[in-house]
Amino acid sequence: MLARIAAAASVIAAAVPAMGQDTSRTGVHIGLNYQPGTKPGVVVLPIVGPGGDTAHAMIQRDLDYADALNVISDIDPGLGSITVNYPLLEKLGAAAVVQAFLAPTSLHVIVHDVVKRRVLLTRDFALPAAVGSAEWRMAIHDATDWAQQAITGSRGIAASRIAFIRDGQVYITDTDGADTRPVTQKGGGPLSPSWQPTGRFLTYSFFGARGTQIAVLDLTAGSARALSATPTGLNSTPTFSPDGNSIVYTHGDENGTDLYLVPAFGAEPARRITVGHGSDNTQPTFSPDGRRLAFTSGRSGHPEVYIVNIDGTEPDLLTPFQFGDDIYRASPNWSPDGRLVAFESRVNGRFQIETIALRDHTVKQLTSDGINEDPKWAPDGRHLVFTSNRTGVRQLFVLDAESGRTRQLTFGGPARLPSWSRSLATP
Amino acid sequence: MSRRSRIGSLLILAGAVAAACAKTPPAPAPSPVRAGPTVDSSRIRDSLANAKRMADSLAAERDRLASGVAAARSALVAKIFFDYDKSDITDQGKAILDAKVPILNINPGIRIRVEGNTDRRGSDEYNLALGQRRAASAKRYLTEHGIDASRLDIISYGAERPVAEGDAEDAYSQNRRDEFVIVAGGDNLKVAAQ
Repeated sequence: MLARIAAAASVIAAAVPAMGQDTSRTGVHIGLNYQPGTKPGVVVLPIVGPGGDTAHAMIQRDLDYADALNVISDIDPGLGSITVNYPLLEKLGAAAVVQAFLAPTSLHVIVHDVVKRRVLLTRDFALPAAVGSAEWRMAIHDATDWAQQAITGSRGIAASRIAFIRDGQVYITDTDGADTRPVTQKGGGPLSPSWQPTGRFLTYSFFGARGTQIAVLDLTAGSARALSATPTGLNSTPTFSPDGNSIVYTHGDENGTDLYLVPAFGAEPARRITVGHGSDNTQPTFSPDGRRLAFTSGRSGHPEVYIVNIDGTEPDLLTPFQFGDDIYRASPNWSPDGRLVAFESRVNGRFQIETIALRDHTVKQLTSDGINEDPKWAPDGRHLVFTSNRTGVRQLFVLDAESGRTRQLTFGGPARLPSWSRSLATP
Repeated sequence: MSRRSRIGSLLILAGAVAAACAKTPPAPAPSPVRAGPTVDSSRIRDSLANAKRMADSLAAERDRLASGVAAARSALVAKIFFDYDKSDITDQGKAILDAKVPILNINPGIRIRVEGNTDRRGSDEYNLALGQRRAASAKRYLTEHGIDASRLDIISYGAERPVAEGDAEDAYSQNRRDEFVIVAGGDNLKVAAQ
């Protein structure tokens, strides 16, 4: 196999043209030259070996789902998997080529710049022996995300997971809908699962004997524990801080609900953040720098999205409303790049997904089909997962906020309250 | 003698009399000897009639008490309903809560769990907070009317436990509710004196 890879490399090296032929734009050092808003073409060459067809299909689909590249399929298989015919690929509209070679325990990936007729980057990815296993598939997703970054400069989102609620249990699924499974037992009615940045832990609320409590689930150990700070009253909508060490959640007894901060893995008491004077203050979401929170508050008489510093100072309305209207805005989620907050807003009696820009408070409506709720950003800050009843029962859908392209993620029993993990890629 | 044991004695007595009546053999066939009613037989008839009246009266008292207990129980668990996205107690809700107060007062052992619920519209997560506020509203009203706060637990189920399905306003309005669950002291419920 190694010999074959070496042979392939030599063929490719021979195919690399003189740099003098390069007439493309200059100035981009990582990734291809392409203009924002356009989708460069990419060809994924067939992959030979056990699981090669599966890996090839996965890479094509992952790149397609990421919406950053135009995947050119249905190409002549005669292109082969070894020689890279740059002139032909360019005629097909490809700006880049992804080529991969399977070895028993690794995947060797080569990304070609078709315009410059040379290899852009190469990398080896460790592969579990069990072809098609969850770990094997995640390694393929990881390789795809890396290849996308090599081509476009921004990492893909295939190697991440989405948690959600189905049938009274916390479920997780891969971004392509594979490996969908419950990670909690039946009972307790868990709600609001939220990932810890490492992807190892999930936090969620459940109905306990004396109130609603917060749990932290260790997916590696398969064990969950309830936060000692939350034995009674309402404790819900937990979210991890960006550093993964703290949890902010809403707590209420008899005088409204307010946000509290508690160490995620200690036994210290919680510290109060908001002072809502009897109103509802819930659904916290961290700014990427961990210094601020967006949250839903009913303090004005109806739900709106507010922002507050993590120490509770400077609470401020984010979503605009006119006094006296009955607008209902909730479920904020701060984008990973910090520029936008997605939320759900009642429009003509039905909830739709909208974003608001932090800089100029520009509001953009992203959905209009059915009732759409619970938006959560993907790690790329471009895609959103949300709940929609557009096909009947509630299911999760993934939306490209730039193009509006939408795909259904979950099928089967009703699904809701998603949370998108950070990238689970190997560094 | 406490009211409770007096009622208990009455019920036992009523039961005994009723049993005695049931076992009374049929009246003997008329004697072939022509004889006028004697003082003794007249007394017996009077006595039986009295016993029958007493048994009827006690049975009525028992039924009244039983229906009183049932009425008290249903008043205790009667739901209250809310307007959309509101946690204010309506006038109808106040009347329903007012009816619970005397029953809670004469049954100091009773503990109630107030369960706040919402309709399915809006954010499931925000609805948990709204349900909590609805449960807290009822607790606040009852404590303001003299009920010890320690006897009232509250929990929110948000939109998670609907009693009516569908997207009609009728279903929504049935689901926007507080439920009242007797969690302790529900046996031997006492009712107010007439």
